[in-house]
Amino acid sequence: MLIEPQTIPLHFEKVSLKPTEYKSDVKPIWCPGCGDFGVLSSFYKAISEMGIPPEQLVVASGIGCSGRFPAFCKAYGFHGVHGRVLPLATGIKMARPELVVCAVGGDGDAFSIGMGHFPHAARRNVDITYIVMDNEIYGLTKGQPSPTSPLGLEKKSMPYGNVDRPINPLMLAFAGGATWIGRGFSSKPKEMTELIKQAISHKGFSFLQIYSPCVTFYDTYDHFKEVTKPLPADHDTSDKMKAMQYAMDDSTLYLGLYYQEDRPTYDDAYSGVRQKATKGEYSLENLMSRYKR
Amino acid sequence: MPQVDLTVRVGGDSAAGGIVTTGEIVARIAAYSGLEVYTTRTIPAEIKGGHVMFQLRTSDEPVYSQGDDLDMLIAFDQESIDNYYHLIKPNGFLIYNGNDGKPPAPNGVKQYGLPLNDLAKQINFSRGRNIITIGAMIKLFDLPYDKATEVVKRQLGRKKELLDQNLLALKTGYDYVEQKISAESPYHLIPASGGIEEDRLVMSGNQALAMGAIAAGCRFYAGYPITPASDIMEFLAAEFPQIGGTMIQAEDEIAAINMCLGGSFAGARSMTATSGPGVSLMVEALGHATMTEIPLVVVDVQRAGPSTGMPTKVSQGDLRLAIFGAHDDAPRIVVAPVSVRDCFYQIINAFNLAEKYQTPVIFLSDQDMSVRVVTLPPFDLSRVKLEPRLLWNPNGDHSGNGARGNGSGNGAGEREYLRYKLTDSGVSPMSLPGMPGGQYTAEGLEKSESGAPIYTPEAHARNFEKRSRKLANALNDYLAWQMYEMFGSPDAPVAIVGWGSTIGPVREAVMRAEKEGMPVAVLYPKLLNPLPVEHIGEFLKNRQKVIVPELNYTGQFGRMLQAQFGREIIPLTKYGGVPLAAREMYEKIKQTYEELKVKA
Repeated sequence: MLIEPQTIPLHFEKVSLKPTEYKSDVKPIWCPGCGDFGVLSSFYKAISEMGIPPEQLVVASGIGCSGRFPAFCKAYGFHGVHGRVLPLATGIKMARPELVVCAVGGDGDAFSIGMGHFPHAARRNVDITYIVMDNEIYGLTKGQPSPTSPLGLEKKSMPYGNVDRPINPLMLAFAGGATWIGRGFSSKPKEMTELIKQAISHKGFSFLQIYSPCVTFYDTYDHFKEVTKPLPADHDTSDKMKAMQYAMDDSTLYLGLYYQEDRPTYDDAYSGVRQKATKGEYSLENLMSRYKR
Repeated sequence: MPQVDLTVRVGGDSAAGGIVTTGEIVARIAAYSGLEVYTTRTIPAEIKGGHVMFQLRTSDEPVYSQGDDLDMLIAFDQESIDNYYHLIKPNGFLIYNGNDGKPPAPNGVKQYGLPLNDLAKQINFSRGRNIITIGAMIKLFDLPYDKATEVVKRQLGRKKELLDQNLLALKTGYDYVEQKISAESPYHLIPASGGIEEDRLVMSGNQALAMGAIAAGCRFYAGYPITPASDIMEFLAAEFPQIGGTMIQAEDEIAAINMCLGGSFAGARSMTATSGPGVSLMVEALGHATMTEIPLVVVDVQRAGPSTGMPTKVSQGDLRLAIFGAHDDAPRIVVAPVSVRDCFYQIINAFNLAEKYQTPVIFLSDQDMSVRVVTLPPFDLSRVKLEPRLLWNPNGDHSGNGARGNGSGNGAGEREYLRYKLTDSGVSPMSLPGMPGGQYTAEGLEKSESGAPIYTPEAHARNFEKRSRKLANALNDYLAWQMYEMFGSPDAPVAIVGWGSTIGPVREAVMRAEKEGMPVAVLYPKLLNPLPVEHIGEFLKNRQKVIVPELNYTGQFGRMLQAQFGREIIPLTKYGGVPLAAREMYEKIKQTYEELKVKA
């Protein structure tokens, strides 16, 4: 006797819904002009173009302005605690690999409190998409420097200038072993939509950093317009060394797909474990008899 | 009266290795020979080095505690002789290493010094001293040699070469006694009746718990290694892939519990197991599980703290953490098993409560019951009943779901689904990803019935009520599933109310006290939050004295009862990191009766 828990068999069949049909009734609470609006509408557009059935999509988040993202989508959503969106998304994906799982976060959620989970999701190659809306500031708590804020930035919690050197999110993704690494900018909606589509389509852990300026506490629109430019058209996305070279450049911030590789996903690997483990008929009686004297 | 009731302690330095293995092999030989066994151990937290003690109690009748005085001490080092010799009963035995141990002057205790170093050298197997000792013991006490070889094969049979050496060591010890001490076994342990014939399992609390989780339909586990909970993870790592389950070794406890939240949100019965330090890290996510109403079982194998404390020693110090560890009021269910066997049945109840009430459940095991190996009757699988999660039915009657058509559904569910619908029971039907029209956001913010963030005082207040209301119903299950143990004399003036693994020594103490004319009534509730106030209150009526034994410093449960019932409680607290002894409980009962007499 073995009681099986309930499962819901799913098969993915493309639907044709307009981007607006992925919008929920909850109105975004972001400040007018926030880069996250752009990310959200590119996200609607991307999933609409991909024809993802809303009930087969899960959007998970942590805390911060970015954390409100799932509630604005007519998908299944999970607004978790601060910094833990990757374990959350890993749990959802591993329990139900047939679902499309997207994790969203901000630079504080991803690279400060939640940093410990980033390399692990990457090295496991969990088949999820991780979109980090990076505004280089803590917005929801009203303007403290974040792990991506530049040196010298004067903010209330660092009134004499930020002395914590910013980290490089792309290099972290490389170090962890992410199999799809890209960067977008919220003011480039067309390219961003394309990147989101590719990231979701990628089988494995895809990491998409999107510069998404905060108009209220750290308006960087002009800055990013100035320092970003597309990756060269002839960039070979399988060339890891070259990709890292572009990622290391901190004067020009390149946009586009840096790197992509095929590697078995976490659920593929676990399927392998299951095959290895299975030894025929399983029953509680048999399990118990192994402990009989 | 039992014909056999024997307490054996094995002591030594863990650097020499094999102390626990020796104890476990002796325990299994007893079990395989038809005796009941009950073991306990205290080990250092270090991998090598430090004193190790393993104690075995064995009898032809059920045993409930580790035993007080020793019938036999197997001392592998001088420290064991020095520390434990005085515990040996006047007619007991000491087996020690005759090559370097110095026992005290003979005092009636029979002393057998085995030249372990010489014997090990003879067979060129320096690590063989433990098994040589077991071989000697077999002969001294007339234990079946074939059972001993069977156990050695099962326990140490992984490498053929090593197994042969161990079997040779076993024979060497046996032969030594036969040739040098006595051709005939001088003592006999197995009763003439041959012991118990019914089936028995030989297993630990963590094994019983993990098996129970499988029976309970658990198919998702994420955990982080921690003493003494790791072997639950290791057990499931081997079993889950065979039954379509998923086991993830997470990067930390915070990741582990969040993975489980994800797994359960997606529909899998989910569990994580840890110890106190891990629960500390999980507190935030536990509050989140209460807020988002996600079923989840969190096992806390309690160990001595606070902080790193004594990782390999027992404690019952996490009761308050389990019940109250959260910011603001975040009610959850707390279940406490009382024995190795009970771990199996109560973890099933824990899953059923979690699923039925869509809530986190903390399962309070402890170090002693988790590693202790005992004999027990096979689990009654016909008792396993699963409570399903209340799922949203998109095609069904929407009356329970707040049918308010807004045309936002996709396909079948043309009406708005309300994940956090206010119901009389407090439980709202849950949809799972994949159900068209059931989309919602599991929201950690305060929310409306649909799950949209909302901060009105009314919504916040009624959601507090909802989250509390649903747990109150668990008290019905407490009675229906008989989640308590009650024994002793129902009308006794003296009562014991306890929780968890102290029940064994309490049972023995009460048996002894009652024989001596001191009746005691005992209640062990296994549901500690919500507290079965009515049931416990009824039990406490007309008692003159109430003793609450527990393994923590402040008497956490006793104080809870004191606050709840406004009556005097006599605490019996023990907080050194070792289990309660039957004698300590007995003394307390005796003392309580003496006080009663004085009062009268």
